[in-house]
Amino acid sequence: MVSNKPNETRIVITGVGLTAPNGNNLAEFRKNLLAGKSGIQKFNVRYMGEVLAGICHLDPLKYQKKKDLRRGTRAGSIAIYCAQEAIADAKLDFACLDKSRIGIYLGITEHGTVETENEVYEIKQFNYDVKYWSHHHNPRVVANNPAGEVTLNLGITGPHYTLGAACAGGNIGLIQGLQMLLLNEVDLALSGGVSECTGSFGIFAGFKSEGALASHSDPEKACRPFDKDRNGVVVSEGGCIFVLERLSDALKRGAKIYGEIVGYAINSDASDFIFPDKERQIRCMKLALNKAGISPEDIDIINTHGTGTIEGDPVECRAIAAVFGEYPHAYINNTKSFIGHAMGAAGALELAGNLPSFEDHLVHPTINLDHLDSECHLNNLVINEPKKIDKVDYIFNNSFGMLGINSVVIVKRFEE
Amino acid sequence: MTKEQIKATILEIIAQIIPDEDLSNLKGDIPIREQVELDSMDFLDIIMELRKRYGIEVPENDYMQLATLDGSVAYLEPRMKNL
Repeated sequence: MVSNKPNETRIVITGVGLTAPNGNNLAEFRKNLLAGKSGIQKFNVRYMGEVLAGICHLDPLKYQKKKDLRRGTRAGSIAIYCAQEAIADAKLDFACLDKSRIGIYLGITEHGTVETENEVYEIKQFNYDVKYWSHHHNPRVVANNPAGEVTLNLGITGPHYTLGAACAGGNIGLIQGLQMLLLNEVDLALSGGVSECTGSFGIFAGFKSEGALASHSDPEKACRPFDKDRNGVVVSEGGCIFVLERLSDALKRGAKIYGEIVGYAINSDASDFIFPDKERQIRCMKLALNKAGISPEDIDIINTHGTGTIEGDPVECRAIAAVFGEYPHAYINNTKSFIGHAMGAAGALELAGNLPSFEDHLVHPTINLDHLDSECHLNNLVINEPKKIDKVDYIFNNSFGMLGINSVVIVKRFEE
Repeated sequence: MTKEQIKATILEIIAQIIPDEDLSNLKGDIPIREQVELDSMDFLDIIMELRKRYGIEVPENDYMQLATLDGSVAYLEPRMKNL
């Protein structure tokens, strides 16, 4: 279906920068998703010892000085790396751009816990005397830190902020960038999500206390959404930032276009701190389809949010079945099974991993699915091996979070 | 500590705080901030390191005495000679 909207009101993705536990750029990430290669490893966490986690192996010194690393945060480094890679990927003539018309919108699940834990640990050695508390603490823990570090690194003077949206953050960063472009507040948006959560023992300990921290003798098999033997979340760090532009601007400069964001939705469960709500997830998915002006049968790939928890996965599966059940055409996968739960980065990273499907028509699978839980049965779940399909016109990206925040982004294969 | 040891210690602390800078030609009588990229937050890092490592408190009114390498050695010598 060809769009009849003016090009100034169509928002397209023209660059991708990312770091995931199994890849530091889109090509590497995609290759490993198609090869079934996990990025989960053993990792030592303060007070807890060995846990399983997704750790990124980016080279932060590619874009920062050693002093920047000492002063800033891991989330800041991840954001800078992703932003720089996205700008390079978009082949923007960055030096000639009006930096006051660039906005940075990054979704986060949390920020500041890592730095606060580190400082408390540090002053413990001084009998908790707060005169040893770092003067760097406040600029490190302010919630805009990851986006703000990008402005310092790149000299961007337009708006920057983060969006606290639990594990839906990545999608919501993307939606915010789209909206700011539509409002003509900026001419270019760096949008996505980041997370440094593997630096915080509290995140791991919190999931452990909930009975929702994954364990397995083989780290690469630990994250197993929809499998009968799943036992929780694998905590991961990561980042993914997209360059978003109005189609009119992208065409003017002959940009490569990964896809067009045609639908999105955000809503709230208003029911529980942790447990998801099927009805509100259904509502969110339908809202996004309505916004796109399409029906469920138009969707070709659904990237599930599924984190591998006992309670959460079946709720999403029932919600998807309720929306798509009569149209069992869409192929369904799960990206967390490879990289764990990258929290604020998850939605953006998972969408990025699927974007190449527009060109290669391959759907990466959900791995570690050895014994499908009957509670998680879905038509066309792509299991353990990639699936070649005839066409990919629409990708549907679920991302949900604690306190009952739901989000969906729909991206369409670009055609003028 | 001798004066030479104090000087080496200060240089080692500064090197840790601004690891990208070449300190080999740092002149003792010229303000450090005129020779290398060292801002006010970095300077506070030097104060914090002296506190953490040696229990030395530098009152804010004395900060100017640590502006140069020679000044730092002169200021710290009586405070570090027994370390």
